Amino acid sequence: MTPDPHRDVALELDCREMPCPMPVIELARHLTDVEVGELLAVVALDPAAAVDVPAWCRMKAQDYVGADAAPDGAPRYVVRRVS
Amino acid sequence: MTGPVAGRGDLDSASAVPLHPAARQVLLAALDRGYADPRRLHRAGREARLLLDNAREATSDALGVRADEVTFTPSGTHAVHLGLLGLVRGSRRGDLVVHPAVEHSAVHRAVEWGARGEAVPCDREGRVLADVLAQAATASEVGAVALQTANHEVGTLQPVGEVELPDDVPLFTDACASMGRLALPTGWAAAAGSAHKWGGPAGVGVLLVRKRARWRNPFPADDRADERSTGFENLPAALAAAAALQAVVAERDEVNARHHELIDVVRRRVAAEVPDVEVVGDPDRRLPHLVTFSCLYVDGEALVTELDRRGFGIASGSACTASTLAPSHVLEAMGVLTHGNVRLSLQRETTRSDVDAFCDALPGLVADLRGRVGL
Repeated sequence: MTPDPHRDVALELDCREMPCPMPVIELARHLTDVEVGELLAVVALDPAAAVDVPAWCRMKAQDYVGADAAPDGAPRYVVRRVS
Repeated sequence: MTGPVAGRGDLDSASAVPLHPAARQVLLAALDRGYADPRRLHRAGREARLLLDNAREATSDALGVRADEVTFTPSGTHAVHLGLLGLVRGSRRGDLVVHPAVEHSAVHRAVEWGARGEAVPCDREGRVLADVLAQAATASEVGAVALQTANHEVGTLQPVGEVELPDDVPLFTDACASMGRLALPTGWAAAAGSAHKWGGPAGVGVLLVRKRARWRNPFPADDRADERSTGFENLPAALAAAAALQAVVAERDEVNARHHELIDVVRRRVAAEVPDVEVVGDPDRRLPHLVTFSCLYVDGEALVTELDRRGFGIASGSACTASTLAPSHVLEAMGVLTHGNVRLSLQRETTRSDVDAFCDALPGLVADLRGRVGL
């Protein structure tokens, strides 16, 4: 499932330079910065994020929407806040 | 005589086990008696040959295979390479190897080097999707299937012996994680084990090739005791490995029952006492001595270091030290959290109080590491 790049991501976190597990930590810190139902995205070069963001969503009962790419090609992981 | 230096807190038997007491005397005696070339016909050579035959005999007895199916190799990794690639070389069908994504890197590297691979997915517990594996194995160019007896990182047992394969597609099983601890499964044409994982010396691998298997040496041949051997056998170590294997097999009913229960304690206590933790792998159909879990928001290497400072030696499948390092391919294939990962594996002597000491220390350490990043 690829998110629409034009979709309204309420907040995008730039975690490009961060090693694991910082991208997931940033995600947790900023979850409540978006409203329930809104999208939150993490841009991360850390290869662990591809597994850890969906795993975090499963553990914290949030909705993993999918991965796409930022304009510079960096992987972007999109999450919907559900609680 | 000194005992192993491994402290009570060494909880990393899946990486290495101290020399079994049964192997020590054998090793020392064999160092003097087994120095010669077992191919030579003089007295010292005959003595060495006798010891080599004894080592193969003892190993075959312990494993329930024929003595002429046993070859000692310089490592478990080499046994994996030889076993798998030898079946591919002997195949009349092709050079494609079907294997689960969660195989040990020795299998992945062997396939990359000398064959072509098709990785089959696993479920959340790390068990291969057997139907997908069996289906993939029917393709005309498949030369062999590789399926580990048990996963080395999460302990989940694989359905070796239960997968229906075409008659001319042999199965290679990497038994390094289980050899000695568990009886070998059925249904394989070649198998590999590693002595330092059961209490033998390092530098001894065991390659098993079934009598009727089509196996051809994938590497330059040598002129040793059998067609699968390479180089001068490390006879004293092989003999000590065989002695350790016999001892481990003899005591495994008792040890496994104890270990299985202790790991149940760890699984239960970690899940209950550490918030935001994922205990992974099959809780029941697993290696008796091993458990893996991951702690959210924790750097796995930092956790290893903190545990080490408190006297606990554990392994981690996390790779958080640099953004370019890839995490464990096993955890990745399972789709479980890769950071904050701990693999704990019991030594033969580990007690309930050792396990409780670990479980007592862990929640505070995890909370401390989380506190450092403000969580």
